Amino acid sequence: MTSEARHPVNLSALYQQVILDHYKKPRNKGAVERAVLKKHLHNPTCGDDVEVQVSLGEDGRIDDVKWNGRGCSISMASASMMSVALKGKTLAEAQELMQSFYRMIQGEEGNYKALGEIQALSGVSKFPVRIKCATLAWHCLEEGMKEYEGGDANG
Amino acid sequence: MALDVARIRQDFPILHQEMNGHPLVYLDNAATTQKPRQVIQALVEYYEGYNANVHRGIHTLAERATDAYEGARAKIARFIGSPSPNQVVFTRNGTEALNMIAYGWLRQRLRPGDVIVTSGMEHHSNLIPWQQAAQAAGAQIKYIELLPDGTLNQEHYDRLLAEGNVRFVAFSGASNVLGTLNPIKEMVAKAHQVGAKVAVDAVQVVPHMPVNVVDWDADWIAAAGHKMLAPTGTGFLWGKMELLEEMEPTYFGGSMISEAHLSGAKWAECPAKFEAGTPNIADFIAFGAAVDYLSSLGMENVYAHEKALTEYAWERLSEIGGIRLFGPRQPRAGLISFDVEGIHPHDLSAVLNADGVAIRVGHHCAQPLMEILDVPATNRASFYIYNTQAEIDRLVESLLHAKEFFGYDV
Repeated sequence: MTSEARHPVNLSALYQQVILDHYKKPRNKGAVERAVLKKHLHNPTCGDDVEVQVSLGEDGRIDDVKWNGRGCSISMASASMMSVALKGKTLAEAQELMQSFYRMIQGEEGNYKALGEIQALSGVSKFPVRIKCATLAWHCLEEGMKEYEGGDANG
Repeated sequence: MALDVARIRQDFPILHQEMNGHPLVYLDNAATTQKPRQVIQALVEYYEGYNANVHRGIHTLAERATDAYEGARAKIARFIGSPSPNQVVFTRNGTEALNMIAYGWLRQRLRPGDVIVTSGMEHHSNLIPWQQAAQAAGAQIKYIELLPDGTLNQEHYDRLLAEGNVRFVAFSGASNVLGTLNPIKEMVAKAHQVGAKVAVDAVQVVPHMPVNVVDWDADWIAAAGHKMLAPTGTGFLWGKMELLEEMEPTYFGGSMISEAHLSGAKWAECPAKFEAGTPNIADFIAFGAAVDYLSSLGMENVYAHEKALTEYAWERLSEIGGIRLFGPRQPRAGLISFDVEGIHPHDLSAVLNADGVAIRVGHHCAQPLMEILDVPATNRASFYIYNTQAEIDRLVESLLHAKEFFGYDV
């Protein structure tokens, strides 16, 4: 019996194969060598814990992204997929990707092709309590960018 | 006498529904229990038949409401073996009861250098009020060590008491995460030997087994009605009369004074002194109905039923590969917290929910304990009078389904 037949709650919509794959084989775990942007966030209600580190190349593009943490499959897969997607992007492009991700996860209609495999997380919008899990790594990026830009402007 | 569970289940309308295509299995009773028709009916009867404010008004409705409200207090007093109903102070929940001790007694007496003893297994409600009071007074908190089996290290407790200056001790009768049943009577007696006062968080005890507060000899206990079939918004503080008399009220205003003048006021007798304003009349009347319900089952029988279910659940859960069960096997309260290797509680709960099985996942308002156990969160199944072995089988089946879903060998 498929899980769809057994479950009116569509588990497969929440946990698409690509999510389980990133959860079991996380990409880019670790620390970057010269992080210019580094943020650690914790979600105390479920214990999810993520740190994201980003380094920039001479051309101003993200040349490395690494992350570390522990938590549920949604939070871990989201961090892993984000780390893959950010490489080679400018901070402005990263910002744009992030805003697009936030809109998708809130369930807004739209074209999210630019998010690539991250679209697999669109099902999370139907599970409001899990949105925080999916956005944790992205919040690290968001706050890290704010701090970086703040520091940059001051320096 | 064994509980007639099939008959009991008939009294709980909420249990007879499908959840996500499956018969609902409700195993989150340590968070709040379901309510039987008799309790719901008590609310309806009050609102349809004799809704009025209590303790004032000479008209018949007001008298009937007052009788029912005070009658509930008497039932609860009998239920816990209180010498007098006036020692039962109605609160919104267990948390409020514990805060009333902190604000009404402890903060006035705590001095720099004083020591509060509690433990790392406490619910935040039995921790943060004491931390705040200690901080305000420059007092110190010492924590009784937790042993690997989830029980408190009683020798360490002895040492902490022997170190001196212990003014106040607070611990839970039963841990809401580990299920540990602490030796209440012994721990209270030890604290009294060094002159400390003791509060027992009995929120996970009173709903599940016979309780006699005189036998415990604690100075205060806190409990919650909504964890024992009553509506939410019901809890109580029980205290020794001389301590309740010493305590300052937490709230001031109507109903709590004996006389009021422009120059000042005198407080009413207990428990009115602690119940300012119009109380939660309907819900406490229904709390009385909940106590009637439990009394008719017999608390010895309730305890035996939960004990058998928990023992069965422990056995069945132990069969699952990669599972870690927390706390001692026996004696324990009717709940089991566990971790399944490789599956975060939120993921596990999502699959269980899809299978119609409701459990609690998270830190259970015990974050320091999560740190001690070194887990971000746990899963918790908690049982009550209407749960069956067949429901535990459903839990186990769904756990195996979750393992399969996340790609682990079953």
